[in-house]
Amino acid sequence: MSAALTTATAIAGDVSTAVMDLSVNNIEVIYDHVILVLKGVSLQVAQGRIVALLGANGAGKTTTLKAISNLLHAERGEVTKGAIEFRGQRVDRLTPNELVRMGVCQVMEGRHCFPHLTVEENLLTGAFTRKISRGDLKAALERVYHYFPRLKDRRTSLAGYTSGGEQQMTAVGRALMAHPSMILLDEPSMGLAPQIVAEIFEIVRSLNESEHVSFLLAEQNTMVALRIADYGYILENGRVVMDGVADDLAKNEDVKEFYLGLSTAGRKSFKDVKHYRRRKRWLA
Amino acid sequence: MQFFFEVLIGGLLSGVMYSLVALGFVLIYKASGVFNFAQGSMVFFAALTFVGLLEKGLGFWLALPATLAVMIVLGLVIERIVLRPLINQPQITLFMATIGLSFFIEGLAQLMWGANVRGLELGIQDEPLQWVSDVAGVNVSKFDLVAAGIAAVLVSTLAIFFSRTRIGRALRAVADDHQAALAVGIPLQQIWGIVWAVAGAVALVAGLLWGARNGVQFALTFVALKALPVLILGGFESIPGAVVGGLIVGASEKLAEVYVGPYVGGGIEGWFPYVLALLFLLVRPEGLFGEKIIRRI
Repeated sequence: MSAALTTATAIAGDVSTAVMDLSVNNIEVIYDHVILVLKGVSLQVAQGRIVALLGANGAGKTTTLKAISNLLHAERGEVTKGAIEFRGQRVDRLTPNELVRMGVCQVMEGRHCFPHLTVEENLLTGAFTRKISRGDLKAALERVYHYFPRLKDRRTSLAGYTSGGEQQMTAVGRALMAHPSMILLDEPSMGLAPQIVAEIFEIVRSLNESEHVSFLLAEQNTMVALRIADYGYILENGRVVMDGVADDLAKNEDVKEFYLGLSTAGRKSFKDVKHYRRRKRWLA
Repeated sequence: MQFFFEVLIGGLLSGVMYSLVALGFVLIYKASGVFNFAQGSMVFFAALTFVGLLEKGLGFWLALPATLAVMIVLGLVIERIVLRPLINQPQITLFMATIGLSFFIEGLAQLMWGANVRGLELGIQDEPLQWVSDVAGVNVSKFDLVAAGIAAVLVSTLAIFFSRTRIGRALRAVADDHQAALAVGIPLQQIWGIVWAVAGAVALVAGLLWGARNGVQFALTFVALKALPVLILGGFESIPGAVVGGLIVGASEKLAEVYVGPYVGGGIEGWFPYVLALLFLLVRPEGLFGEKIIRRI
């Protein structure tokens, strides 16, 4: 824990000088030419870090991730302002295929495994962009099985018939097969039992530590996400309303109040929190 | 009994010919969820182009790769200028587009090569195999056997392609979930281009065999309608389903014609497969080998 703390303070100190994997500068996203979803979101992910993107339903977390991975186009969304850079290179006009080749891979919300492919075939599709030999492919598979031993047991089952947790593991493993340097992980805890969530987050942490994969993690489950993240951004209505080192955010009274309904005065009803939040924003 | 087997084998072999046409539908439906109404026109186009090239004086072995190239280009062009702009549109829109496309292709084929009925000689005789008749007393057409052999080779090649290769896996992935396929870096357009090109090639094989049997004429496009019951029986997404569906349709229509036909005044062959498909829809709507709809509860 103390080690995590020192690294956390380290990034807090040198956000401007650290090597940035990803930097999103003031992007605006419009769906269907009329619906303004992101109203100027900026965020940065330093190399080898886990950054959490937090916020309630409809805050714009998924849209932010899709803007980065260029999957917006398929949903008639468009980045109309701002810039997205990966390792100093503009990536907003690339296709998802080119982006995966560069090392940015998204794990979509709700798993999205290929139901009629076996778990192993699902993983193999992840290596589509890498034209590698059979031996290397085998090694890549083994690497995924090393992190997700459970998938090895289920390798021949159709992914559609596996449990939610196994599907989430398959989805993360599939992304891993592309050998990414950065994974955009959207709501991995959705619909899963707390125990499975903990297991998956543990694997995310170990991937980050031993393989130096950076993560941009969109989550509603604020506290769980902040526990493994180095840094966090809080989105509300398409804007970043707060950001900071994960531990600071976790301790922050406002975060506690907004997202956990906790305050020094004990639990509050959601109605009051909402009101409080609105007033606070007004005053700000 | 010998007569029964003769009818059955004849039916099964002609069923293989239906499978060939159904295969083209399956390929495109599987990868892009589009029911390609123009598949019949593509069969017609392929056969007509091949015959046209032969008439121009090209030899058989020159005309074949040339037509193959034409069909592949046709597939790629269709994907590029008809389907790509319609991406993310509702299925019915895509279906309507392929209906329009089928008229266009029929017109284009006749514009290029004229509307005359032509014969097509592949050099395989439609005559009974002598030794089979001698041994078993059953007449089996040589032409039908060769057609079945070609279909078998085509189907096994495709099956291996789909299950063992990187592109094949990507095709199935795209069929399952477009979005997820995009997210792992599979370029959808490239995949769809490949599928349409392969469907064009399959249309060529079907066109040659059907053209050789019935003559190259406009009626070839109606062969596609016979593929419908095949698809319903076998399942829209399944290559083995297209084969088995074809066999069932072929065998049952011939047997029904011979054994049931006389009681109702004949002519059963034309509509029997559709009735069979209709009954089947009530019992097993996804077809014999169609992908079961996996629902998590």
